[in-house]
Amino acid sequence: MKKALVNLVNISKSYDGQLVLDDLNLYIRENEFLTLLGPSGCGKTTTLRILGGFERPDRGQVFFEDQDITELPPNKRQLNTVFQKYALFTHMNIAENIAFGLKIKNKSKAYIDDKIKYALKLVNLDGYEKRMPDSLSGGQQQRIAIARAIVNEPKLLLLDEPLGALDLKLRQDMQYELIRLKNELGITFIYVTHDQEEALTMSDTIVVMNQGYIQQIGTPESIYNEPENAFVADFIGDSNIIGATMIQDRLVEILGARFACVDEGFGINKPVDVVIRPEDVELVSPGEGTISGTVTHVIFKGVHYEMEVMAAGFEWLVHSTKMFAPGTAVDIKVDPFNIQIMNKPESEDEEAVGVNE
Amino acid sequence: MNKKALSAPYLFWSALFIIVPLCMVFYYGLTDKSGAFTLQNILAIARAEHAKALWQALLLSLGSTVLCLLLAYPLAMILCSMRTRQHSFLVLIFILPMWMNFLLRTFAWLTLLEKTGVVNNVLSFLGLPPLNIINTPSAIVLGMVYNFLPFMVLPIYNTLAKIDQNVIAAARDLGANGVQTFLRITLPLSVPGVISGITMVFVPALTTFVISTILGGSKILLIGNVIEQEFTQTGNWHLGSGLSIVLMMFIILNMVVSAVTDKDGEVNAL
Repeated sequence: MKKALVNLVNISKSYDGQLVLDDLNLYIRENEFLTLLGPSGCGKTTTLRILGGFERPDRGQVFFEDQDITELPPNKRQLNTVFQKYALFTHMNIAENIAFGLKIKNKSKAYIDDKIKYALKLVNLDGYEKRMPDSLSGGQQQRIAIARAIVNEPKLLLLDEPLGALDLKLRQDMQYELIRLKNELGITFIYVTHDQEEALTMSDTIVVMNQGYIQQIGTPESIYNEPENAFVADFIGDSNIIGATMIQDRLVEILGARFACVDEGFGINKPVDVVIRPEDVELVSPGEGTISGTVTHVIFKGVHYEMEVMAAGFEWLVHSTKMFAPGTAVDIKVDPFNIQIMNKPESEDEEAVGVNE
Repeated sequence: MNKKALSAPYLFWSALFIIVPLCMVFYYGLTDKSGAFTLQNILAIARAEHAKALWQALLLSLGSTVLCLLLAYPLAMILCSMRTRQHSFLVLIFILPMWMNFLLRTFAWLTLLEKTGVVNNVLSFLGLPPLNIINTPSAIVLGMVYNFLPFMVLPIYNTLAKIDQNVIAAARDLGANGVQTFLRITLPLSVPGVISGITMVFVPALTTFVISTILGGSKILLIGNVIEQEFTQTGNWHLGSGLSIVLMMFIILNMVVSAVTDKDGEVNAL
């Protein structure tokens, strides 16, 4: 296991009596691409600002390579930030923007010139030295903001929704660009976004946050396939979240029908939530499945059809390449390993405690 | 066509009250009493008493502008760092005196600074030596700074308020300490506000005759006083207009300089 570069310990922060982060603990490994993912107001940006030194936590400590940097001002931290709206210096040209951090550190002119060339090449904007920031497109400005940060050779790069202001196509291109950059530079990225697709595409590790609590930490695959609670399941992709009863190990009763599953250890006759991804719901001829229902809606989505099926009083969301016309009677079948069982949260607090364990 | 018609009252107004008087100033300035063309009225600026008045006016208005800038910049920065509620109250305090008549405000300073005025009464009550600045250039500078300070604060405040806080954060993030961030980011980005503040203080300060009359007694003649006297007392409109044209040149020069430096400030202020 790689060693921890950053360690956040018992971080709490509130604004005007409003708790934004509550006893947050998180460690970030070297060379990791870690994404803080969550809806607005979940505390992800505050976490990033505490890391960058722009906010001071009310309680808790920030460790960087085992040094306590909680009280260190931003200019003394070995990390750099890429801001949401680029925050370029509009009164300086591109070369001066990129050179800013190096000039502050009194590097030689030859060194700075080399670095500018190297950074512009890295972000595919060679020859832009003399241009002014205002004459660049949003995507170009963002790449300059990244170049300006990485010439300082930070060990950690913080990115605050850097692609939020770009259009879809550009955003997708930049996602690949960022992955390439991260691999070429071999530094740690902490990325903040509310876009689950972005998070799934780029991250090594995703931290799902909500209301100041970490809901789940894991690889994109584990977050998507094995969400630990209804919030994560709902926030990451479409899903069918249904209240159910765990009859015994490997057997769950959903909407009155019994399904085989692979989960164990929840107890006997225990109420749980199950999550079934729409692409894991199989529609079969009547009599061949576990629950019977009727197709109510069909929408063509390009890669697949999105269908709604009314079965046992629940509207199932189904993704399939095979189309069933509205009104068709179908049966629903789910493979045991596609049924994800989650503990039912009884309150917000318990939900958080359960995750922190 | 309709939209153009709407501007007619304004065009009429500007023609009547801006263009026509300007033409009259140029006509009187470039003719003698018989109506013949002459440059004598303009060259009269070289006469010792006129040159001295112009020099005195330039000196005092420059001094006031510098003082205003030194006072206004920190003030504008303090205003910017305020939270919204306190901040609108403070802006109100700044603007409040401007609602009072300019003459009244200046006369108020006269009563304060007079030999037997409020300030000296307080000083003598405290057993301190009296302050004798009434009828001196200091009193005029004080009056100019007091009257024109808001015109410096507001444009600087406006440019400072427009600076994205993330840009400041970015500079700190890239290793700049507070002073470096101010010198390399905040100050260059606020140059347009500073320039327009300088123009808005320097031009009225250069041309004033009211402040110098009230707070300078009759001892200090500024170019504004000379021109005023030519029109109201001597009745020599030709000389008054000629000197006005000279003064106008200085104002235009100031505006050209500010326009050019502003452009520079936007392009390569570092």
